[in-house]
Formats: sequence, structure tokens, C-alpha cells
Amino acid sequence: MSATQSTTASAATAPDPARWKGWIPVIGLEVHCQLRTRTKLFCGCEYRFGAEPNTRTCAVCTAQPGALPVLNREALAYAIRAGLALGADIAPWSKFDRKNYFYCDLPKGYQISQFDRPFCTGGGITLESGHRIRLTRIHLEEDAGKAIHDRGAHTLVDLNRAGVPLIESVTEADVRSPEEAHEYLERLKEILLHAGVSDCDMEKGSLRVDVNVSIHRPGEGWRKRVELKNLNSFRNVAAAIEHEIARQIAIYESNDPSQQVVQETRLYDAQAGVTRSMRGKEEAHDYRYFPEPDLLPVQIDAAFLAEQREKLGESPTALRERYQRELGLSAYDAGVLTASPAVSRWFEECAKLCGSPKDAANWIQNEILRGLSNEQRPAAAIAELRVTPAGLAQLIGLVQKGTLNVPGGRQVLRAMLETGKDAAVLVRELGLEQVSDTGALEQWCREALVGKDKVIADVKAGKEKAIGALVGPVMKASKGAANPQVVTEILLRLVRELP
Amino acid sequence: MSAAPLKGVVEGAAALRAGRTSALAEAERALERLERTRGALNAVLAVDRAGALERARALDARRARGEALGELAGVPFALKANMCLSGVEANCASRVLAGYAPPYTATFVQRLLDAGANPIAIANMDEFAMGSSGENSAYGTTKNPWDVARTPGGSSSGSAALVAAGVVPFALGSDTGGSVRQPAALTNLAGYKPTYGRISRYGLIAFASSLDQVSPFARSVADVELVTRVMSGHDERDTTSLPEPAFAAEPEPAALAGLRIGVPREYFPATLDAAVRARCEAALAELERGGARLVPVSLPHSEHAIATYYVVATAEASSNLARYDGVRYGPRRDGDGSLQSMYAATRAQGFGDEVKRRILLGTYVLSSGYYDAWYRRALKVRTLLLRDFERAFERCDIVAGPTSPTAAFKLGEKTDDPVAMYLSDVLTVPASLAGLPALSLPCGFLDAGSNRLPVGLQLIGPARADARVLALGRRYQQLSSFHTELSPLAREVAA
Ligand SMILES: [Zn+2]
Repeated sequence: MSATQSTTASAATAPDPARWKGWIPVIGLEVHCQLRTRTKLFCGCEYRFGAEPNTRTCAVCTAQPGALPVLNREALAYAIRAGLALGADIAPWSKFDRKNYFYCDLPKGYQISQFDRPFCTGGGITLESGHRIRLTRIHLEEDAGKAIHDRGAHTLVDLNRAGVPLIESVTEADVRSPEEAHEYLERLKEILLHAGVSDCDMEKGSLRVDVNVSIHRPGEGWRKRVELKNLNSFRNVAAAIEHEIARQIAIYESNDPSQQVVQETRLYDAQAGVTRSMRGKEEAHDYRYFPEPDLLPVQIDAAFLAEQREKLGESPTALRERYQRELGLSAYDAGVLTASPAVSRWFEECAKLCGSPKDAANWIQNEILRGLSNEQRPAAAIAELRVTPAGLAQLIGLVQKGTLNVPGGRQVLRAMLETGKDAAVLVRELGLEQVSDTGALEQWCREALVGKDKVIADVKAGKEKAIGALVGPVMKASKGAANPQVVTEILLRLVRELP
Repeated sequence: MSAAPLKGVVEGAAALRAGRTSALAEAERALERLERTRGALNAVLAVDRAGALERARALDARRARGEALGELAGVPFALKANMCLSGVEANCASRVLAGYAPPYTATFVQRLLDAGANPIAIANMDEFAMGSSGENSAYGTTKNPWDVARTPGGSSSGSAALVAAGVVPFALGSDTGGSVRQPAALTNLAGYKPTYGRISRYGLIAFASSLDQVSPFARSVADVELVTRVMSGHDERDTTSLPEPAFAAEPEPAALAGLRIGVPREYFPATLDAAVRARCEAALAELERGGARLVPVSLPHSEHAIATYYVVATAEASSNLARYDGVRYGPRRDGDGSLQSMYAATRAQGFGDEVKRRILLGTYVLSSGYYDAWYRRALKVRTLLLRDFERAFERCDIVAGPTSPTAAFKLGEKTDDPVAMYLSDVLTVPASLAGLPALSLPCGFLDAGSNRLPVGLQLIGPARADARVLALGRRYQQLSSFHTELSPLAREVAA
């Protein structure tokens, strides 16, 4: 892509300058994603969210004197896959560095991270508008533990999370609005989910976002930037940016010399909808990075790279295009079904078994996804359902054959979700097999026609649609078991037979 | 009960195998010798009496059942206080780790245990292996069995003193810039620093990770070689350990014909003690008579080695020692209640002056604005030093010279002058920075008043040529008998 194209696309979709009184926001995002490896980055401990404090630890991750780190190859593979999925360049050799600082949740007194030789550089995500958010780099590092300050007089430290592998991806300051930040994060999450490298679950802390925000006037240089932390949902990220832009505009336009935008870290308070300065806690840090002498530099050879490329599978964009092209789904349906790889796998299996991607797409969207309690985690939730793709395919088959009508199908699916029983079994148990027995139906239809002279006259005058008003009462009489198509046909025949 | 020591590691292990003595008898005798010398030497920080006797009984029982035992079955030894044996205090001779007993066992210790060697004690040292005289221990100075008014060298001072006093036939030290070779020279022992990575560092409490190497002391080269071979070989817990298995011993070059011994002029500076120079030159002449050819070589960057070493080692140390913060282990001082003041109080009271000096130095050389001028430049000089050796090894098979510029100096002599103390390592740090195998072995004595003091010869080989260095060392010990002479204290204890 040429630079001109990029600028043109960007200019065409840039936010309205009037929105911020002519000020232009400059926004960069730093996202930490926890890799879903079996064990930690440098030891054999298995991390589990919510485990009893300090039970997922060993000599290495509690920094016992003399213990040494050993690189987890799975974490390396995931970091490389994340880079490939985001179109980054993978360094042929890379190394780890120590980032030195003191804090009670950092057992070694340094974090093993990467300074000047990250595994991935470049790459990025193109937004719906065509505007591209470029990535500066993605590096691999270990997480710190957790300091808990609100349990009495002492600070408690839980080292379960210490040493868990993270990738930190850093964008260029290409983001121009809270909405773009939100869209970027949605797309990033989707890509990493499909790459299978992270659960990207903000609630469990496996995805964390820090934001840098500054504003300036067109044509002038960049001004002081403020870092925002404590953002626990994408919605909050957007809200915090919106608020921070407004705060900076107010300061610059106040012409009050006692008010300044200072380079600092601010915490977002979602409840109050404001950001608060972390001043006092933060000092100018000199992390004294130097190469980690306990680990050898890492060579990424062509075979390893090829293997990771192969394991990466289809990107969400490719998947969406294929769903539209090959399965005939709408762009909207394809988008919903590819938001998480678990959902798209579920859908594909069901579509194959029932033979109708469109039916499968409808049922999954309308009945399965809508019912999930936590939309943040469709991946986890869909795997925990008591209905399998094969189970739903069987139900769809019953509806296709006319054994069940659609409302009956919904009722059966609800029961399936509750009990885990087969569709066929539930149809029988609930007595929902469609009544196509014309004897019983004709009786109900005759009863429905009694006194409905207006409808009868309309139908006889050619307005066949008028008969719809009588289908409902017949369905009701059959307790929903009648086939509405058949009911309509019988009603029309009976009207025609009337003198 | 006789407390006569085993003749050495190789011979002692053979005696144990032949049933001429038992593991229990040897453990008890070693413990007895340890108690007799404890007051005079202050070489021991902890004794694992119960563990040692239990292991000895178990070994004897297995031998009685006819089980095949390891190469070192029943041989007692001592560990340096920066080595991890599960449940046994390893405080690095520091107050900051007082009472710290590691929850795991170092790989190299486990390999010795698997071979049947029996650890009986934890030896004194300079705090966190920082020092060249043993005077930086928080638990008192170690004395030299050749003259208790003098230093045994450092930092592995206790390990050297215990072997030189005949308490144990071998002991482990760690050599970062000469911490085993220099004390070996000052106590008439063989001290061997293998190629970097030859022995896993897993369980060696770090001073400077890119330099630290576990290194044994014994009276003969054959003994340090056997112990080194047992500990060496790749360890998956230390990714910087060499990928290959343990090396095989080479036969000693009987004739020495054709062996080229490089003699670097930088290792014989004007400041070298005249008697040390004379003894080393005599040793080289002996090797020449044995058929070796002496080749003058140059290691031109040697003069920068000390400065380079003190930048690289202190930078790594400043980071390695950050974990001693009072949060997870070691005594904690609360300060005024804030986290910062807890760190400050714990570290101010926990570390000794020399350790603080090096942490400050290391923090400085890594600081933003100073990194390029100090740390990055030191890494470049380190590369130049390595090239010096590579070039020298194009012309010779082994480099030889003195180990220490002086014999054992008086305790207190250099404590007020850190730079003078640092210069004790001037001849040992180049091989450390280059990661090369280096052996110090006895090559004579000089007279100091009523006492004789040992002098050490250093042999340095190319990377991974451990077997070559050790074979030449064995050959020299066939031509000489200095290593068979015992310190006055050892003679007293053996009597
Ligand atoms: Zn662990």
C-alpha cells in the first residue's frame, strides 16, 4: 500500500475537527495479553485464575537464590504466532533483557522483558474505515505477582501470577478517536483469539490496556502526553479517552497558568467517570535495562517460523470473506459468527451436519448467542453449553422436515440447553410433534370460521392474506403443535367450499 | 579415635570401595577434624552432622548389600555458603540471608550426592563471593592453615582452608574472577575453574551470572578433575550450561614433546613479587625440561581486565542482589512502615560495606546516561580480551603464568584499600571474562619469616579444552611434589 492511499483513506474518514473545538487527539495503545500456555514463561508452574494464593509457585518464580529461568518454547511459539497474525516482522534472533525496579510483587527485583530486540516489529490492524493503526513492536515478558492492599494493615503478596507469559503490543500514535481505540481493541482481541494465543479476557486480567493521550492544534507539534491506566473494559477505554481529551482541552483553553497538562499517569475511575493523577507514587524510573545473562539469545529459524505460520490457521478476515462467498451469509452474520474462534468452529460443525449454513447461522445467532449470559466470553460459554453442534443440527433437521415448527423448535432448544437431552426425545416428551392430521385440524378450522363472516367475505373477494387472522386461534387450539402451513391451506379450502 | 585424613579423592574413594574404611568412619573423622580446627580457622558457617552421618550409614548399608555405588561413595566434602542443599542454611556469609535454608538442591550438589559424595559442612566465604581475602564475611574472617595471621585468599576462603587443613579431601568453591584459583594458590591446593557453562549454575547463588562457575579445590589435579567430571554435563535447568555431556579425561602427555606453552609477558609485570616470579619461572623451566616448548605470547588487553571485570561483575551483581529485599526471605527491617523504607532498612543493615560498594558501582554503570560509557564499553573490551586469547592459542596449546601476584598476605593488610585488594585478581580475571578453563596448582614456596608460603602456577586453556588443561596439570604433579606438602595445621590435625 502506498503512503498516498493511506493518507487519502485516513483523511476521508478522520474525525470531525469540530468535535473537539479544533483540537486533534493523538492516541497510542499498549496492550498486555496473557498467553494461554500450559506453564509459566520461565518455570513449570501451571497458572490458574482464582487459585489459592501462592500455590502456583516454585523456586524459580518466587526468586529463590540460585534458581534460574528456562524459556518456555510454547510461549515463544505463541508470541511468534501473535506477531504473524498481526502482520509483524519476526526477528531472526532476539534476546531477553532485565528491567530493574523494586516492588513487592516483583520477586527478583527485575522483570525479564525485551528491550532493544523484541521478537516482532511492525505490523498493524486496518480499521473498517481503511485507516491503519500501525504496531511499533510486540515483545514477550513475564508478569509480576499481585499486591493486595485492602486486607488490613499489611500489604499481601500473591505470586501465582508472577512469571506468567505476556505479550505487550505497542501501537504507533495512530489512533484518532475513542471509537477508533474501541474498534482497534475489538479487532486485536478477535485476531489474537483466532490465533489461539490468548483468552483475551479483561475480567480475568488476561488482557490489559494502557492508553497514551495528547492533543494538539493542527499544524503544531505534539504536546505532553498522559498515560491512562486501570481500564477494565473496552467501553471504559473509550470513555476514559473521551474524558481525558475533554480534560486537556479545558486546561489548555482555561488560560490559567496554575493549570497544566503534565506528563503523568492517571487512573480511570469508571464509577465517577474521571481520571485521577497517580502523582506521588510515580517517579522518573530508570529501569537500567541490560541483557539477561541467565538466558541465551533466541534464534528463530525458518522451520520454526513455517511451523507457527501453519498452526496459525485462518484469520478472522479471511474467515468472514469465506462465509460470505462460500456459505452465502450476510456480512453481518459472518461478523457475528467469527468474533471468536470457538463460535466459528461451533458454527462450521453445525452447518456441515445440518446441511444449511443459513439455518445454522440463524439458530446460533438468534437462539444460542443471544442466550449466553456473558457476552464477553462467548468462547468459554459456548464450550460449556449442554447443546453440541450435532445436537443443534438434529433439531434444525426436525424443523426442516416439518416435524417441528419454529416456535416449537425454540421451545425444544430451551429444554435442550437446560437438560442436555436429545431434540428427538424432547419433542416426544413435550408433545410437540406437529399435528398434520387433517381430521383434527379440520375440526379446529371449522370452529375458527364460525362467525368470522368479514374474513370469509374478504377471502372470497380475493384477499387471501386475510385468512392469517384465523391461523392463530387454530394454532392455539392445537397448543402450538399444528403446522401453520397446513392450517392455512385447510382454512382456504374450507372458505372456498362455503357457498 | 584417629582423625587421619583420606589421602585424597581418587585414593580415598578407592579405599572406600575396597572396604579399607567406611563412609561412616570417614564422615566421623572429618567432623572430628572440623571441630579441632574450627577455632583456629573460622572456616565453617554450618555443619550438617546429622545429615552427613545418616547419608554415610545409608551408603555403608548399600555397600554391604553389594549395591554398585557412585565414584565418590563415602568421600566427605564441604560446600561454599552460596550453594543450595535443600534444608541446609546457605546465607552467603551475609546478614541479609541469615537463617535462609534453600527449599531445593543445586544440580551440581545433586550430582555429587548421586555419586555418593557426602557433604558435611558449609564453608565461610566473602559475603556474596565479593572479596579476595575472606575478610568480607559477616561471620568473621577465615584464617590460612599455613599461617593463621594470613589470608587464605577469597572469596572461597573457607572451602580452601578446610581442604588445606586436611579436614576434607575436597571442597567446592565458586570462581567469578579468581575466587577459587587465588585461594588455591595461597593454600597450596589445586583449584580448577572449568570452561564457563561446563557445570550448571542452577543452585549456585549468583554474584555475576556471566562469570560465576562452580570450581573444586583438592590437593591433587587428579582429584579436582574427578570431582569436576562428576558435576559437569548439560543441565536443562541452566540454559547457559554447555550442551554436551561430561568430558572424558585425557591421558597426561608423558613426554610433553611438541606441547607449546604460551608465556604472556603481561603476566610477569614489574610489580610481580620477585619470589613468586622465580617459583613460576622455575616451574615453566621444569616443564621445558620435560619436553614442552615455551612460546612468548601477548595478551595486550590484560591491563584493562580488572576495570572491565569490575564493571561487568558489579552491573550483574546490582541486579542479582535486588531480590534481597526482606519480602520473601531473610530478616526484614520495617523502617517507618513504608515499602521504600523497609527496603532501605533491610538492605542497609543486611549487606556489608563491600557488597554495598559493588551494588552502587553496578547501579551506576547501568544508569541511563552512563550505560554506553561504562557497561557497553566493558562488553567491548571483554570481546577484545577473548580475541587476545584466541590469537595466543593460534601459537600455543596452553597459556601459563602465576595465579596471584603475591603469596598469602597478612589479614588486615589491604582492608582499607579496595583497589589494592581488587588487584589481587589481576591475573585471574582475564580467563574469567573469556570464559576459559583455568587451573591453579602448587609450584613451590617462598619464605616469610618462620613460615613457608605456597605459590601457585596458573594454566589456561582454550574454551572447552578442560581435559587438556587438567592432563598437563597431572603431568606437572608427576614432575613435582609441592602438592604433597601439608600445611602446619593439617600435620597437627593428622597427628
Ligand atoms: Zn514457578
